[in-house]
Amino acid sequence: MAVKKLGNQTVRLLNPPSIISTATIVGPKEGEGPLARYFDKILNDDMFGEDSWEKAESKLTRESVKAALNKAKLNETDMEYMFGGDLLNQLMPTSFAARDLQIPFFGLYGACSNMTESLSLAAMTIDGGYADNVVVTTSSHFSTAERQFRFPLESGTQRPLTSQWTVTGSGSAIVSATGDGPYITYATTGKVVDFGIKDATNMGAAMAPAAVDTIKTHLNDTGFKTDDYDLIITGDLGRIGFEIALELMQKEGYDLTEVFKDCGLEIFDIERQDTHSGGSGCGCSAVVFCGYLYEQLTLKDLKKIMLVTTGALLSPTSSLQGESIPCIAHAITIES
Amino acid sequence: MSKNQPNKNRAYQEYVDTKVPQPSLLKGCLWAFFVGGTICTLGQVIHNIIESHYQYSHLDVTNIVTLILVFIGALLTGLGIYDIIGKRAGAGSLIPITGFANSIVAPAMEFKTEGFVLGVAAKMFSLAGPVLVYGVGSSVIVGVLYYIFK
Repeated sequence: MAVKKLGNQTVRLLNPPSIISTATIVGPKEGEGPLARYFDKILNDDMFGEDSWEKAESKLTRESVKAALNKAKLNETDMEYMFGGDLLNQLMPTSFAARDLQIPFFGLYGACSNMTESLSLAAMTIDGGYADNVVVTTSSHFSTAERQFRFPLESGTQRPLTSQWTVTGSGSAIVSATGDGPYITYATTGKVVDFGIKDATNMGAAMAPAAVDTIKTHLNDTGFKTDDYDLIITGDLGRIGFEIALELMQKEGYDLTEVFKDCGLEIFDIERQDTHSGGSGCGCSAVVFCGYLYEQLTLKDLKKIMLVTTGALLSPTSSLQGESIPCIAHAITIES
Repeated sequence: MSKNQPNKNRAYQEYVDTKVPQPSLLKGCLWAFFVGGTICTLGQVIHNIIESHYQYSHLDVTNIVTLILVFIGALLTGLGIYDIIGKRAGAGSLIPITGFANSIVAPAMEFKTEGFVLGVAAKMFSLAGPVLVYGVGSSVIVGVLYYIFK
């Protein structure tokens, strides 16, 4: 019997795994943002000494995993599994990093929901008794994402005001069966939600209903109230998606005003840095969590948070074929 | 998917539309007008200079000006300036032939990492290709109609 299952979509981790260390590397633009001091390394050049953007992103992943291992005084060989992904076709950056790291590897694609998808599976693997130490990693890169999903960098096109800015960065976390926290205590796996939005430049609006669905399900499954949380933070809804999610939750009878934030709105100063609706990309929630939120949790400034990363599961092919954007959100509870 | 999902979707789309910020139309038009106008004026200035100094026919000069503007558009793209202009000017820098040059050079630069054959050469026309196909296609149709109804 699934004794750890709670309600429809949630698991309760009875032996909560501990996140024993994290590391972040970000690009220059993120390094000029309001969260700069929480990042371990800020690149001067987002090519990172490589000869292609994709290899640069792969190096981001590899180096952030190594940095997280260093902080925990562990080696690659101590890691039993690596869970991770990025936004590119066939997970090129993460797969290539896994080739160098030689850690048994589960490559995951959840678009920008990748960080909690990976953390959920890592936590379940440890709580299930299948491993003692695993590493979770997630990255995105502005230039690789633009190339795959949008226009060449130098083309003189205008970005709509609804568009978001893909974060260049990688966040890695070591999850362990032993440690002093912060602990992953609950994980709610999202369903794919599609409200028919087709505008790939307005992904916040497409993803908001998925975030609402998962948050609501999580609260129903666990019986928690919104004010049991110090913070409920979504991955990259951006300005428009955030506003919509807040209003949709209100309609459902939940008042999130006091506790609700979005990683995409935290990482950039959206007016000064001209990122329109805010940051996006799976690296966004990865570096905000592994940098900023992790520090708050270890200092006990935050005691209990819900991280809800949101992913737009579109592809360049599906957009061209006129399909709407299926979206997903996964939530985890982290307690200090 | 439930039966009334299409209705729900429509209602949601209408709700989202109320949330989408609209860019200032007047500001956009002014930028496009002045940048587009500047590019065209520049073309005319070059035209007049060449026509008054060299013995080329009017039509030849037109072709020379086109070549020079394409070169300027390509150069500014390579220097990373054209996208900054385009961000403000919109159609003002997209419609003139300099914008056409930009749409070819930008992917050519970006796909150099995939090699000169399947990268640069194949991707070069990924933005400009449709313009060429339908531009040439419609000019053939117009030419045929002109021949018949002249």
